[in-house]
Amino acid sequence: MMHLKINGKEAEFAATTIAELLAEQGIDPKARFLAVAVNGAVVRRAEWLRASLAAGDSVEIVRPFQGG
Amino acid sequence: MTDPLVIAGTTFSSRLIAGTARFPNQQVMLDALQASGAELVTASIRRISLEGYSGSLIDLLGDKYRILPNTAGCVTARDAILTAELAREALDTNWVKLELIGDRELLYPDVEQLVHAADELVRKGFIVLPYCNDDPVSCQKLADVGCAAVMPLGSLIGSGMGIANPTAIELICSRSPVPVVLDAGIGTASDAAQAMELGCDAVMIDTAIAKSHDPVRMAAAMRAAIEGGRLARLAGRIPKQRFAEPSSPQLGLVGS
Repeated sequence: MMHLKINGKEAEFAATTIAELLAEQGIDPKARFLAVAVNGAVVRRAEWLRASLAAGDSVEIVRPFQGG
Repeated sequence: MTDPLVIAGTTFSSRLIAGTARFPNQQVMLDALQASGAELVTASIRRISLEGYSGSLIDLLGDKYRILPNTAGCVTARDAILTAELAREALDTNWVKLELIGDRELLYPDVEQLVHAADELVRKGFIVLPYCNDDPVSCQKLADVGCAAVMPLGSLIGSGMGIANPTAIELICSRSPVPVVLDAGIGTASDAAQAMELGCDAVMIDTAIAKSHDPVRMAAAMRAAIEGGRLARLAGRIPKQRFAEPSSPQLGLVGS
């Protein structure tokens, strides 16, 4: 298990890649309109299977919502 | 008559940019957007809920409208830039409505950070439409760093107070090298018409439609007002004068 900060919440995760992390959260990595950043830098969707996570990483998982 | 709005080389037949927030429900939002005639609609970028991920509202809009993601709520250039980059990835668009808030109660723009973030985003290849002050100098600085349009506020976001300083908006419109989109403060249709009469190229409206008693009808009203205001602007209003000028002929008056 690895200590990560996901959308501002710190917890232990088994995932070692972004694709695994999304799956662990019940998010379909193929869902449209998702975006992920690790430590303040966007990780492109094409990299999600390969991009490995390190202990202490801060991950943002976002999508569009209503807005003005 | 064709009179398209052109922003960064993209042509729009509608001069209304619609927000998607604060509607009573999803169906009313969809019906109101339809009635508004808007082609460009705004969205925010937010963290997904880790406790129950479900489909996004944007799933319904994405194929029908061009989405303009915003950086609403961001208070630092760094967060706004990351939000824009996440939006680009999520929505496959390099357009961004850049908001950098300097005061959380007033939602007033932080011009210093705004110009800095706009400059950086333009360099990164974004089409930047900044929400900004109703101040010709700020607007000029934003155009100078390469913003594709400027979006000066009419009055405070969500206030419905209309255009607080019409003289400033008219000045901005007369000098701006890029399209001017009146953003924030619209309360009712006459405000939107006034924006167009002052020379704005488009109007951005969310709350005034979404929180009206009948959002679908108000969307139609805004559409008509913007079209009317634009026509009046193109037609050219008569000068104001401080004396009367009879409209009926002076000669041939009965009894004279």
